[in-house]
Amino acid sequence: MANGNGTNGTNGHGGPGARLLSRARETGDKLAGSQVMTSIFRPGSVFRKGYTDSPRNRSYVIMNNVLYHLHPVKVKRHAVKVSYTLCLGGLSFFLFILLTVTGIFLMFFYRPTAASAWNDVRTLETAVYFGSLVRNMHRWAAHLMVLSVFLHMSRVFYHGAYKAPREFNWVIGVILLTLTLLLSFTGYLLPWDQLALWAVTVGTNMMGYTPVFGSSVRYVLLGSKEISGDTLLRWYVLHVLLLPFVIVIFMAVHFWRVRKDGGISGPL
Amino acid sequence: MPEIPEHLLRRSAERRKALGLPVKGEEGGEAPSEEVPAAEAEAPTETPAAEEAAPAAAAAGGGGEEVTESKGGVPAHLLERSRRRKAALAGGDGGAAEPAAAAAAGGGGTARAGTATATRPAPAPTSTGPGGHTQRLLTVVKSGSIQQTRAEAQDKVHTWPHLLVIEFAAVLTVTAALLIFSALVRAPLQGLADFNQTPNPSKAPWYFLGLQELLTMFHPMVAGVTIPGMGIFLMMVAPYVDKNPSQHPKDRKFAISLFTIFLMFWAVLVIIGSFFRAKGFNFAFPWNDGIFFDL
Repeated sequence: MANGNGTNGTNGHGGPGARLLSRARETGDKLAGSQVMTSIFRPGSVFRKGYTDSPRNRSYVIMNNVLYHLHPVKVKRHAVKVSYTLCLGGLSFFLFILLTVTGIFLMFFYRPTAASAWNDVRTLETAVYFGSLVRNMHRWAAHLMVLSVFLHMSRVFYHGAYKAPREFNWVIGVILLTLTLLLSFTGYLLPWDQLALWAVTVGTNMMGYTPVFGSSVRYVLLGSKEISGDTLLRWYVLHVLLLPFVIVIFMAVHFWRVRKDGGISGPL
Repeated sequence: MPEIPEHLLRRSAERRKALGLPVKGEEGGEAPSEEVPAAEAEAPTETPAAEEAAPAAAAAGGGGEEVTESKGGVPAHLLERSRRRKAALAGGDGGAAEPAAAAAAGGGGTARAGTATATRPAPAPTSTGPGGHTQRLLTVVKSGSIQQTRAEAQDKVHTWPHLLVIEFAAVLTVTAALLIFSALVRAPLQGLADFNQTPNPSKAPWYFLGLQELLTMFHPMVAGVTIPGMGIFLMMVAPYVDKNPSQHPKDRKFAISLFTIFLMFWAVLVIIGSFFRAKGFNFAFPWNDGIFFDL
Protein backbone atom coordinates (compact mmCIF):
# COMPACT_ATOMS: atom_id res chain seq x y z
CA MET A 1 0.00 0.00 0.00
CA ALA A 2 2.58 2.56 -1.08
CA ASN A 3 -0.19 4.88 -2.13
CA GLY A 4 -1.86 4.62 1.25
CA ASN A 5 1.39 5.57 2.97
CA GLY A 6 1.70 8.64 0.82
CA THR A 7 -1.75 9.91 1.69
CA ASN A 8 -1.10 9.10 5.31
CA GLY A 9 1.96 11.35 5.24
CA THR A 10 0.14 14.30 3.75
CA ASN A 11 -2.90 13.88 5.97
CA GLY A 12 -0.72 13.54 9.05
CA HIS A 13 -0.80 17.33 9.51
CA GLY A 14 -4.58 17.40 9.81
CA GLY A 15 -4.66 16.37 13.46
CA PRO A 16 -5.67 13.14 15.16
CA GLY A 17 -9.08 12.98 13.50
CA ALA A 18 -7.71 13.04 10.00
CA ARG A 19 -4.98 10.59 10.93
CA LEU A 20 -7.56 8.19 12.33
CA LEU A 21 -9.61 8.55 9.17
CA SER A 22 -6.67 7.78 6.93
CA ARG A 23 -5.73 4.86 9.15
CA ALA A 24 -9.26 3.53 8.84
CA ARG A 25 -9.20 3.96 5.09
CA GLU A 26 -5.91 2.15 4.89
CA THR A 27 -7.27 -0.75 6.94
CA GLY A 28 -10.33 -0.84 4.73
CA ASP A 29 -8.16 -1.04 1.62
CA LYS A 30 -6.10 -3.81 3.12
CA LEU A 31 -9.24 -5.71 4.08
CA ALA A 32 -10.75 -5.30 0.62
CA GLY A 33 -7.58 -6.69 -0.92
CA SER A 34 -7.28 -9.61 1.47
CA GLN A 35 -7.58 -13.18 0.30
CA VAL A 36 -10.79 -13.72 2.23
CA MET A 37 -12.55 -10.79 0.61
CA THR A 38 -11.25 -11.55 -2.86
CA SER A 39 -12.39 -15.13 -2.52
CA ILE A 40 -15.89 -14.08 -1.46
CA PHE A 41 -16.47 -11.30 -3.98
CA ARG A 42 -15.92 -11.71 -7.67
CA PRO A 43 -13.61 -9.48 -9.69
CA GLY A 44 -15.33 -6.21 -10.42
CA SER A 45 -17.53 -6.46 -7.36
CA VAL A 46 -18.33 -3.14 -5.72
CA PHE A 47 -17.15 -4.65 -2.44
CA ARG A 48 -13.67 -5.03 -3.86
CA LYS A 49 -13.12 -1.94 -5.88
CA GLY A 50 -15.83 0.50 -4.89
CA TYR A 51 -18.55 1.87 -7.12
CA THR A 52 -18.41 4.80 -9.43
CA ASP A 53 -21.21 5.24 -11.90
CA SER A 54 -20.03 3.94 -15.24
CA PRO A 55 -21.58 1.61 -17.79
CA ARG A 56 -18.99 -1.00 -16.87
CA ASN A 57 -19.84 -0.85 -13.18
CA ARG A 58 -23.56 -0.89 -13.92
CA SER A 59 -23.00 -4.17 -15.72
CA TYR A 60 -20.87 -5.53 -12.90
CA VAL A 61 -23.64 -4.91 -10.38
CA ILE A 62 -25.87 -7.36 -12.26
CA MET A 63 -23.17 -9.85 -13.18
CA ASN A 64 -21.70 -10.19 -9.70
CA ASN A 65 -24.90 -10.99 -7.83
CA VAL A 66 -26.62 -14.31 -8.17
CA LEU A 67 -30.10 -12.85 -7.61
CA TYR A 68 -29.73 -9.83 -9.85
CA HIS A 69 -28.30 -12.18 -12.41
CA LEU A 70 -31.86 -13.32 -13.12
CA HIS A 71 -31.94 -10.11 -15.11
CA PRO A 72 -29.94 -9.34 -18.19
CA VAL A 73 -27.43 -6.48 -17.89
CA LYS A 74 -29.60 -4.35 -20.11
CA VAL A 75 -33.34 -4.40 -20.69
CA LYS A 76 -35.54 -2.80 -23.30
CA ARG A 77 -36.43 0.72 -22.33
CA HIS A 78 -40.16 0.06 -22.42
CA ALA A 79 -39.69 -2.87 -20.02
CA VAL A 80 -38.95 -0.52 -17.14
CA LYS A 81 -42.26 1.29 -17.58
CA VAL A 82 -44.33 0.32 -14.56
CA SER A 83 -47.51 0.79 -16.57
CA TYR A 84 -46.54 -2.07 -18.90
CA THR A 85 -46.09 -4.96 -16.45
CA LEU A 86 -47.31 -3.42 -13.19
CA CYS A 87 -44.51 -5.58 -11.71
CA LEU A 88 -47.07 -8.38 -11.35
CA GLY A 89 -44.83 -11.32 -12.22
CA GLY A 90 -41.98 -10.09 -10.05
CA LEU A 91 -44.35 -9.39 -7.18
CA SER A 92 -45.81 -12.88 -7.44
CA PHE A 93 -42.28 -14.21 -7.04
CA PHE A 94 -41.63 -11.85 -4.16
CA LEU A 95 -44.83 -12.94 -2.43
CA PHE A 96 -43.70 -16.53 -2.83
CA ILE A 97 -40.44 -15.67 -1.04
CA LEU A 98 -42.35 -13.79 1.66
CA LEU A 99 -44.65 -16.78 2.10
CA THR A 100 -41.68 -19.09 2.38
CA VAL A 101 -40.08 -16.95 5.09
CA THR A 102 -43.27 -16.49 7.13
CA GLY A 103 -44.18 -20.12 6.54
CA ILE A 104 -40.88 -21.35 7.97
CA PHE A 105 -41.54 -19.23 11.04
CA LEU A 106 -44.99 -20.78 11.43
CA MET A 107 -43.58 -24.29 11.11
CA PHE A 108 -41.68 -23.84 14.37
CA PHE A 109 -44.94 -23.67 16.28
CA TYR A 110 -47.19 -26.07 14.45
CA ARG A 111 -47.78 -29.82 14.62
CA PRO A 112 -49.95 -31.36 11.89
CA THR A 113 -52.09 -33.63 14.03
CA ALA A 114 -55.81 -33.41 14.60
CA ALA A 115 -55.23 -33.21 18.36
CA SER A 116 -52.75 -30.34 18.39
CA ALA A 117 -53.04 -28.34 15.15
CA TRP A 118 -55.78 -25.97 16.20
CA ASN A 119 -54.30 -25.48 19.68
CA ASP A 120 -50.91 -24.72 18.17
CA VAL A 121 -52.40 -22.01 15.99
CA ARG A 122 -54.26 -20.64 19.00
CA THR A 123 -51.06 -20.59 21.05
CA LEU A 124 -49.17 -19.00 18.20
CA GLU A 125 -51.70 -16.19 18.10
CA THR A 126 -51.71 -15.51 21.82
CA ALA A 127 -48.35 -16.58 23.27
CA VAL A 128 -45.67 -16.16 20.58
CA TYR A 129 -43.92 -12.87 19.84
CA PHE A 130 -45.15 -11.61 16.47
CA GLY A 131 -46.96 -14.93 16.05
CA SER A 132 -50.26 -13.32 15.21
CA LEU A 133 -48.64 -10.80 12.86
CA VAL A 134 -46.67 -13.43 10.96
CA ARG A 135 -49.71 -15.69 10.63
CA ASN A 136 -51.78 -12.79 9.35
CA MET A 137 -49.06 -11.91 6.87
CA HIS A 138 -48.86 -15.50 5.68
CA ARG A 139 -52.61 -15.67 5.17
CA TRP A 140 -53.03 -12.33 3.42
CA ALA A 141 -49.92 -12.77 1.30
CA ALA A 142 -51.31 -16.12 0.15
CA HIS A 143 -54.58 -14.56 -1.01
CA LEU A 144 -52.63 -11.72 -2.58
CA MET A 145 -50.41 -14.15 -4.43
CA VAL A 146 -53.39 -15.95 -5.96
CA LEU A 147 -54.63 -12.56 -7.05
CA SER A 148 -51.31 -11.33 -8.41
CA VAL A 149 -50.58 -14.53 -10.33
CA PHE A 150 -54.04 -14.31 -11.85
CA LEU A 151 -53.61 -10.63 -12.72
CA HIS A 152 -50.17 -11.36 -14.16
CA MET A 153 -51.75 -13.94 -16.44
CA SER A 154 -54.41 -11.48 -17.55
CA ARG A 155 -51.78 -8.82 -18.22
CA VAL A 156 -49.80 -11.25 -20.35
CA PHE A 157 -52.89 -12.20 -22.29
CA TYR A 158 -53.96 -8.62 -23.00
CA HIS A 159 -50.47 -7.80 -24.27
CA GLY A 160 -50.50 -10.87 -26.51
CA ALA A 161 -47.24 -11.81 -24.83
CA TYR A 162 -48.07 -15.52 -25.02
CA LYS A 163 -47.49 -15.55 -28.77
CA ALA A 164 -44.46 -17.03 -30.51
CA PRO A 165 -41.78 -17.49 -29.31
CA ARG A 166 -43.31 -17.45 -25.82
CA GLU A 167 -46.02 -20.11 -26.24
CA PHE A 168 -44.34 -22.66 -24.03
CA ASN A 169 -43.66 -20.17 -21.28
CA TRP A 170 -47.37 -19.40 -21.20
CA VAL A 171 -48.04 -23.12 -20.70
CA ILE A 172 -45.56 -23.13 -17.80
CA GLY A 173 -47.38 -20.09 -16.48
CA VAL A 174 -50.74 -21.88 -16.49
CA ILE A 175 -49.10 -24.74 -14.57
CA LEU A 176 -47.74 -22.21 -12.09
CA LEU A 177 -51.21 -20.75 -11.62
CA THR A 178 -52.59 -24.21 -10.92
CA LEU A 179 -49.79 -24.93 -8.46
CA THR A 180 -50.43 -21.60 -6.72
CA LEU A 181 -54.08 -22.52 -6.27
CA LEU A 182 -53.13 -25.95 -4.94
CA LEU A 183 -50.63 -24.43 -2.51
CA SER A 184 -53.28 -22.04 -1.25
CA PHE A 185 -55.88 -24.78 -0.99
CA THR A 186 -53.64 -27.21 0.90
CA GLY A 187 -52.70 -24.46 3.32
CA TYR A 188 -56.36 -23.70 3.88
CA LEU A 189 -56.88 -26.92 5.86
CA LEU A 190 -53.94 -26.53 8.23
CA PRO A 191 -55.51 -24.31 10.96
CA TRP A 192 -57.96 -27.20 11.49
CA ASP A 193 -60.87 -24.94 12.36
CA GLN A 194 -64.47 -25.10 11.16
CA LEU A 195 -63.73 -22.81 8.21
CA ALA A 196 -60.83 -25.00 7.06
CA LEU A 197 -62.58 -28.32 7.52
CA TRP A 198 -65.74 -27.48 5.63
CA ALA A 199 -64.14 -25.46 2.85
CA VAL A 200 -61.88 -28.40 2.13
CA THR A 201 -64.83 -30.78 2.39
CA VAL A 202 -66.66 -28.84 -0.31
CA GLY A 203 -63.53 -28.67 -2.47
CA THR A 204 -62.55 -32.31 -2.22
CA ASN A 205 -66.11 -33.53 -2.71
CA MET A 206 -65.94 -32.04 -6.19
CA MET A 207 -62.72 -33.92 -6.96
CA GLY A 208 -64.48 -37.14 -6.04
CA TYR A 209 -66.57 -36.77 -9.17
CA THR A 210 -63.60 -37.26 -11.49
CA PRO A 211 -64.76 -39.91 -13.95
CA VAL A 212 -63.53 -43.50 -13.63
CA PHE A 213 -61.04 -43.08 -10.78
CA GLY A 214 -62.78 -40.31 -8.84
CA SER A 215 -62.97 -42.18 -5.55
CA SER A 216 -59.32 -43.23 -5.81
CA VAL A 217 -58.26 -39.63 -6.45
CA ARG A 218 -60.19 -38.55 -3.42
CA TYR A 219 -58.77 -41.34 -1.28
CA VAL A 220 -55.20 -40.55 -2.28
CA LEU A 221 -55.73 -36.87 -1.54
CA LEU A 222 -57.44 -37.39 1.80
CA GLY A 223 -55.49 -40.40 3.00
CA SER A 224 -58.81 -41.83 4.19
CA LYS A 225 -62.46 -42.07 3.17
CA GLU A 226 -63.29 -38.76 4.84
CA ILE A 227 -61.18 -35.85 6.02
CA SER A 228 -59.22 -36.88 9.12
CA GLY A 229 -55.94 -36.44 10.90
CA ASP A 230 -54.29 -38.36 8.06
CA THR A 231 -55.53 -35.75 5.62
CA LEU A 232 -53.99 -33.06 7.78
CA LEU A 233 -50.57 -34.71 7.71
CA ARG A 234 -50.83 -35.39 4.00
CA TRP A 235 -51.78 -31.83 3.13
CA TYR A 236 -49.16 -30.46 5.46
CA VAL A 237 -46.41 -32.32 3.60
CA LEU A 238 -47.90 -31.22 0.29
CA HIS A 239 -48.09 -27.64 1.49
CA VAL A 240 -44.65 -27.20 3.04
CA LEU A 241 -42.55 -29.58 0.94
CA LEU A 242 -43.86 -31.19 -2.20
CA LEU A 243 -45.73 -28.35 -3.87
CA PRO A 244 -43.09 -25.70 -3.05
CA PHE A 245 -40.44 -28.03 -4.45
CA VAL A 246 -42.39 -28.50 -7.67
CA ILE A 247 -43.32 -24.85 -8.03
CA VAL A 248 -39.69 -23.76 -7.59
CA ILE A 249 -38.66 -26.00 -10.46
CA PHE A 250 -41.37 -24.60 -12.69
CA MET A 251 -40.52 -21.05 -11.64
CA ALA A 252 -36.89 -21.63 -12.56
CA VAL A 253 -37.91 -22.79 -16.02
CA HIS A 254 -40.33 -19.88 -16.30
CA PHE A 255 -37.71 -17.24 -15.50
CA TRP A 256 -35.10 -18.90 -17.63
CA ARG A 257 -37.45 -19.03 -20.59
CA VAL A 258 -38.33 -15.34 -20.19
CA ARG A 259 -34.71 -14.56 -21.03
CA LYS A 260 -34.22 -17.27 -23.63
CA ASP A 261 -37.35 -16.19 -25.48
CA GLY A 262 -35.99 -12.70 -25.93
CA GLY A 263 -36.80 -10.94 -22.69
CA ILE A 264 -40.00 -9.14 -21.94
CA SER A 265 -42.49 -8.84 -24.78
CA GLY A 266 -43.64 -5.76 -26.61
CA PRO A 267 -43.83 -2.82 -26.92
CA LEU A 268 -47.27 -3.02 -28.49
CA MET B 1 -23.41 -33.66 -38.79
CA PRO B 2 -23.55 -30.13 -37.44
CA GLU B 3 -26.84 -28.34 -37.56
CA ILE B 4 -27.08 -25.94 -40.47
CA PRO B 5 -28.96 -22.71 -39.89
CA GLU B 6 -32.22 -22.54 -41.68
CA HIS B 7 -31.46 -19.33 -43.53
CA LEU B 8 -28.32 -20.88 -45.03
CA LEU B 9 -30.34 -23.81 -46.33
CA ARG B 10 -32.87 -21.42 -47.75
CA ARG B 11 -30.18 -19.40 -49.48
CA SER B 12 -28.65 -22.53 -50.86
CA ALA B 13 -32.00 -23.64 -52.25
CA GLU B 14 -32.56 -20.25 -53.88
CA ARG B 15 -29.15 -20.24 -55.42
CA ARG B 16 -29.56 -23.72 -56.76
CA LYS B 17 -32.89 -22.86 -58.24
CA ALA B 18 -31.36 -19.85 -59.95
CA LEU B 19 -28.68 -22.08 -61.43
CA GLY B 20 -31.22 -24.65 -62.57
CA LEU B 21 -29.93 -27.36 -60.29
CA PRO B 22 -32.27 -29.78 -58.52
CA VAL B 23 -33.51 -28.43 -55.22
CA LYS B 24 -33.76 -30.81 -52.33
CA GLY B 25 -37.25 -29.97 -51.07
CA GLU B 26 -38.83 -30.35 -54.51
CA GLU B 27 -37.08 -33.48 -55.65
CA GLY B 28 -36.93 -35.31 -52.38
CA GLY B 29 -33.27 -36.00 -53.06
CA GLU B 30 -30.52 -36.05 -50.48
CA ALA B 31 -30.65 -33.47 -47.76
CA PRO B 32 -28.89 -30.24 -48.62
CA SER B 33 -27.47 -30.29 -45.13
CA GLU B 34 -25.15 -32.99 -46.34
CA GLU B 35 -23.94 -31.01 -49.28
CA VAL B 36 -23.48 -27.51 -48.02
CA PRO B 37 -20.53 -28.05 -45.70
CA ALA B 38 -18.81 -30.16 -48.29
CA ALA B 39 -19.11 -27.38 -50.79
CA GLU B 40 -17.92 -24.80 -48.37
CA ALA B 41 -14.96 -26.93 -47.55
CA GLU B 42 -14.03 -27.30 -51.15
CA ALA B 43 -13.93 -23.69 -52.21
CA PRO B 44 -13.69 -20.57 -50.10
CA THR B 45 -16.71 -18.87 -51.59
CA GLU B 46 -20.22 -18.63 -50.36
CA THR B 47 -21.44 -20.75 -53.24
CA PRO B 48 -23.17 -23.84 -51.93
CA ALA B 49 -21.52 -27.17 -52.37
CA ALA B 50 -23.69 -28.74 -54.97
CA GLU B 51 -22.75 -26.10 -57.51
CA GLU B 52 -19.10 -26.82 -57.37
CA ALA B 53 -19.48 -30.49 -56.98
CA ALA B 54 -21.17 -30.45 -60.37
CA PRO B 55 -18.41 -28.70 -62.33
CA ALA B 56 -15.77 -30.70 -60.55
CA ALA B 57 -17.50 -33.88 -61.56
CA ALA B 58 -17.90 -32.62 -65.08
CA ALA B 59 -14.24 -31.76 -65.23
CA ALA B 60 -13.21 -35.13 -63.94
CA GLY B 61 -15.42 -36.93 -66.41
CA GLY B 62 -14.93 -34.62 -69.37
CA GLY B 63 -11.20 -35.02 -69.51
CA GLY B 64 -9.90 -32.30 -71.81
CA GLU B 65 -11.87 -29.43 -70.39
CA GLU B 66 -10.17 -26.07 -70.19
CA VAL B 67 -8.83 -25.28 -66.76
CA THR B 68 -9.43 -21.58 -67.13
CA GLU B 69 -13.13 -22.02 -67.69
CA SER B 70 -15.27 -20.69 -64.92
CA LYS B 71 -18.37 -22.70 -64.27
CA GLY B 72 -21.23 -22.40 -61.85
CA GLY B 73 -19.88 -19.18 -60.42
CA VAL B 74 -16.69 -20.79 -59.18
CA PRO B 75 -13.66 -18.64 -59.98
CA ALA B 76 -11.37 -20.26 -62.50
CA HIS B 77 -8.27 -20.15 -60.34
CA LEU B 78 -10.07 -22.06 -57.61
CA LEU B 79 -11.24 -24.69 -60.02
CA GLU B 80 -7.72 -25.04 -61.23
CA ARG B 81 -6.38 -25.36 -57.75
CA SER B 82 -8.95 -27.99 -56.92
CA ARG B 83 -8.00 -29.99 -59.96
CA ARG B 84 -4.34 -29.69 -59.24
CA ARG B 85 -4.85 -30.94 -55.76
CA LYS B 86 -6.93 -33.86 -56.96
CA ALA B 87 -4.43 -34.78 -59.57
CA ALA B 88 -1.69 -34.53 -57.00
CA LEU B 89 -3.57 -36.81 -54.68
CA ALA B 90 -4.17 -39.27 -57.47
CA GLY B 91 -0.48 -39.12 -58.26
CA GLY B 92 0.43 -39.67 -54.65
CA ASP B 93 -1.70 -42.77 -54.56
CA GLY B 94 0.03 -44.00 -57.64
CA GLY B 95 3.36 -43.77 -55.86
CA ALA B 96 6.17 -44.25 -58.31
CA ALA B 97 3.83 -43.64 -61.23
CA GLU B 98 4.22 -39.90 -60.80
CA PRO B 99 6.97 -39.23 -63.31
CA ALA B 100 5.34 -41.68 -65.60
CA ALA B 101 2.13 -39.71 -65.43
CA ALA B 102 4.05 -36.59 -66.32
CA ALA B 103 5.50 -38.34 -69.27
CA ALA B 104 2.09 -39.63 -70.26
CA ALA B 105 0.76 -36.09 -70.04
CA GLY B 106 3.44 -34.96 -72.39
CA GLY B 107 2.45 -37.77 -74.67
CA GLY B 108 -1.17 -36.63 -74.84
CA GLY B 109 -2.70 -38.30 -71.79
CA THR B 110 -5.59 -36.70 -69.98
CA ALA B 111 -5.29 -32.95 -69.94
CA ARG B 112 -6.28 -32.92 -66.31
CA ALA B 113 -3.46 -35.06 -65.03
CA GLY B 114 -1.12 -33.35 -67.41
CA THR B 115 -1.64 -29.83 -66.20
CA ALA B 116 -1.54 -30.83 -62.60
CA THR B 117 1.62 -32.83 -62.60
CA ALA B 118 3.41 -30.77 -65.18
CA THR B 119 3.06 -27.46 -63.39
CA ARG B 120 4.07 -28.71 -60.00
CA PRO B 121 5.14 -32.07 -58.67
CA ALA B 122 2.62 -33.32 -56.15
CA PRO B 123 3.71 -32.82 -52.55
CA ALA B 124 3.67 -35.78 -50.23
CA PRO B 125 0.24 -35.94 -48.55
CA THR B 126 0.82 -34.54 -45.10
CA SER B 127 -1.47 -33.08 -42.49
CA THR B 128 0.35 -29.74 -42.39
CA GLY B 129 -0.23 -26.98 -44.87
CA PRO B 130 2.06 -24.21 -46.08
CA GLY B 131 4.04 -22.69 -43.25
CA GLY B 132 3.42 -25.75 -41.13
CA HIS B 133 -0.19 -24.74 -40.37
CA THR B 134 -2.23 -27.53 -38.92
CA GLN B 135 -5.55 -25.75 -39.42
CA ARG B 136 -7.34 -24.91 -42.62
CA LEU B 137 -9.58 -22.01 -43.46
CA LEU B 138 -12.69 -23.65 -44.77
CA THR B 139 -14.65 -20.64 -45.78
CA VAL B 140 -14.93 -16.94 -45.35
CA VAL B 141 -18.15 -16.26 -43.51
CA LYS B 142 -19.84 -13.01 -44.27
CA SER B 143 -21.25 -11.13 -41.30
CA GLY B 144 -24.91 -11.82 -40.95
CA SER B 145 -24.81 -15.18 -42.68
CA ILE B 146 -24.62 -17.25 -39.50
CA GLN B 147 -25.52 -14.78 -36.81
CA GLN B 148 -28.63 -12.80 -37.48
CA THR B 149 -27.38 -9.28 -37.09
CA ARG B 150 -30.00 -6.69 -36.50
CA ALA B 151 -29.81 -3.58 -38.55
CA GLU B 152 -31.40 -1.23 -36.08
CA ALA B 153 -30.02 -0.97 -32.56
CA GLN B 154 -32.50 -1.70 -29.80
CA ASP B 155 -33.36 0.95 -27.30
CA LYS B 156 -32.05 -0.50 -24.05
CA VAL B 157 -31.20 0.78 -20.60
CA HIS B 158 -29.09 -0.66 -17.84
CA THR B 159 -30.96 -2.95 -15.46
CA TRP B 160 -29.08 -1.29 -12.64
CA PRO B 161 -30.24 1.25 -11.70
CA HIS B 162 -33.29 1.64 -13.92
CA LEU B 163 -35.12 -1.65 -13.36
CA LEU B 164 -33.77 -2.64 -9.96
CA VAL B 165 -34.84 0.65 -8.40
CA ILE B 166 -38.40 0.13 -9.61
CA GLU B 167 -38.45 -3.46 -8.39
CA PHE B 168 -37.08 -2.41 -5.04
CA ALA B 169 -39.77 0.24 -4.70
CA ALA B 170 -42.50 -2.23 -5.69
CA VAL B 171 -41.27 -4.82 -3.20
CA LEU B 172 -41.08 -2.23 -0.41
CA THR B 173 -44.57 -0.97 -1.19
CA VAL B 174 -46.10 -4.43 -1.11
CA THR B 175 -44.24 -5.37 2.07
CA ALA B 176 -45.35 -2.20 3.80
CA ALA B 177 -48.95 -2.58 2.67
CA LEU B 178 -49.02 -6.21 3.74
CA LEU B 179 -47.44 -5.43 7.10
CA ILE B 180 -49.92 -2.68 7.87
CA PHE B 181 -52.87 -4.73 6.67
CA SER B 182 -51.73 -7.73 8.74
CA ALA B 183 -51.29 -5.58 11.83
CA LEU B 184 -54.83 -4.30 11.46
CA VAL B 185 -56.83 -7.25 10.14
CA ARG B 186 -56.72 -10.61 11.84
CA ALA B 187 -56.69 -13.82 9.85
CA PRO B 188 -59.81 -15.81 10.67
CA LEU B 189 -59.58 -18.64 13.13
CA GLN B 190 -62.93 -20.22 13.89
CA GLY B 191 -63.68 -22.90 16.44
CA LEU B 192 -61.99 -26.29 16.44
CA ALA B 193 -62.95 -28.48 13.49
CA ASP B 194 -66.09 -30.45 14.34
CA PHE B 195 -67.32 -33.17 12.03
CA ASN B 196 -70.73 -33.19 13.68
CA GLN B 197 -71.49 -29.57 13.12
CA THR B 198 -71.79 -28.52 9.50
CA PRO B 199 -71.84 -24.76 9.12
CA ASN B 200 -74.65 -23.36 7.02
CA PRO B 201 -73.66 -22.44 4.38
CA SER B 202 -70.38 -24.32 3.82
CA LYS B 203 -68.22 -22.50 1.33
CA ALA B 204 -65.00 -23.35 -0.48
CA PRO B 205 -62.09 -20.87 -0.54
CA TRP B 206 -62.97 -17.80 -2.59
CA TYR B 207 -61.05 -18.82 -5.73
CA PHE B 208 -63.10 -22.03 -5.89
CA LEU B 209 -66.43 -20.32 -5.26
CA GLY B 210 -66.98 -19.98 -9.01
CA LEU B 211 -66.85 -23.77 -9.21
CA GLN B 212 -69.15 -24.13 -6.24
CA GLU B 213 -71.53 -21.75 -7.94
CA LEU B 214 -71.46 -23.96 -11.03
CA LEU B 215 -72.43 -26.87 -8.78
CA THR B 216 -75.87 -25.29 -8.37
CA MET B 217 -76.38 -25.47 -12.13
CA PHE B 218 -74.65 -28.64 -13.33
CA HIS B 219 -73.96 -32.19 -12.31
CA PRO B 220 -70.98 -32.27 -9.92
CA MET B 221 -68.82 -34.03 -12.48
CA VAL B 222 -69.42 -31.29 -15.03
CA ALA B 223 -69.01 -28.43 -12.56
CA GLY B 224 -66.15 -29.84 -10.54
CA VAL B 225 -64.08 -31.70 -13.09
CA THR B 226 -65.08 -31.15 -16.71
CA ILE B 227 -65.41 -27.37 -16.74
CA PRO B 228 -62.25 -26.53 -14.73
CA GLY B 229 -60.32 -29.22 -16.59
CA MET B 230 -61.44 -27.84 -19.93
CA GLY B 231 -60.64 -24.33 -18.72
CA ILE B 232 -57.05 -25.23 -17.85
CA PHE B 233 -56.63 -27.19 -21.05
CA LEU B 234 -57.98 -24.37 -23.21
CA MET B 235 -55.69 -21.86 -21.53
CA MET B 236 -52.70 -24.07 -22.19
CA VAL B 237 -53.44 -24.52 -25.86
CA ALA B 238 -54.46 -20.89 -26.39
CA PRO B 239 -51.08 -19.79 -27.84
CA TYR B 240 -51.16 -22.66 -30.33
CA VAL B 241 -54.72 -21.97 -31.39
CA ASP B 242 -54.33 -18.21 -31.68
CA LYS B 243 -52.34 -17.95 -34.91
CA ASN B 244 -52.73 -14.19 -35.19
CA PRO B 245 -49.16 -12.87 -34.99
CA SER B 246 -50.11 -9.33 -34.01
CA GLN B 247 -49.78 -8.15 -30.44
CA HIS B 248 -51.68 -4.96 -30.94
CA PRO B 249 -55.14 -4.84 -29.32
CA LYS B 250 -56.52 -3.30 -32.51
CA ASP B 251 -55.82 -6.54 -34.41
CA ARG B 252 -56.94 -8.87 -31.64
CA LYS B 253 -60.52 -7.85 -31.06
CA PHE B 254 -61.84 -11.39 -31.06
CA ALA B 255 -59.22 -12.84 -28.69
CA ILE B 256 -59.54 -9.95 -26.29
CA SER B 257 -63.33 -10.08 -26.29
CA LEU B 258 -63.31 -13.80 -25.66
CA PHE B 259 -60.85 -13.54 -22.80
CA THR B 260 -62.68 -10.61 -21.26
CA ILE B 261 -65.99 -12.49 -21.40
CA PHE B 262 -64.28 -15.45 -19.75
CA LEU B 263 -62.86 -13.24 -16.99
CA MET B 264 -66.16 -11.46 -16.43
CA PHE B 265 -68.06 -14.72 -16.33
CA TRP B 266 -65.64 -16.06 -13.75
CA ALA B 267 -65.58 -12.88 -11.67
CA VAL B 268 -69.38 -12.73 -11.58
CA LEU B 269 -69.59 -16.36 -10.44
CA VAL B 270 -67.03 -15.78 -7.69
CA ILE B 271 -68.76 -12.63 -6.51
CA ILE B 272 -72.17 -14.30 -6.46
CA GLY B 273 -70.75 -17.30 -4.64
CA SER B 274 -68.97 -15.08 -2.14
CA PHE B 275 -71.56 -12.47 -1.29
CA PHE B 276 -74.93 -13.50 -2.70
CA ARG B 277 -75.21 -16.97 -1.21
CA ALA B 278 -76.72 -17.27 2.26
CA LYS B 279 -78.06 -20.18 4.31
CA GLY B 280 -78.50 -23.36 2.31
CA PHE B 281 -76.40 -21.72 -0.39
CA ASN B 282 -79.57 -19.97 -1.50
CA PHE B 283 -79.39 -16.75 -3.44
CA ALA B 284 -79.81 -13.70 -1.19
CA PHE B 285 -78.82 -10.07 -1.18
CA PRO B 286 -76.04 -9.28 1.28
CA TRP B 287 -77.81 -6.12 2.43
CA ASN B 288 -80.83 -8.20 3.50
CA ASP B 289 -79.36 -11.37 4.95
CA GLY B 290 -75.78 -10.38 5.73
CA ILE B 291 -72.52 -11.73 4.32
CA PHE B 292 -71.61 -15.38 4.68
CA PHE B 293 -68.04 -15.18 3.61
CA ASP B 294 -64.67 -15.64 5.24
CA LEU B 295 -61.24 -15.50 3.68
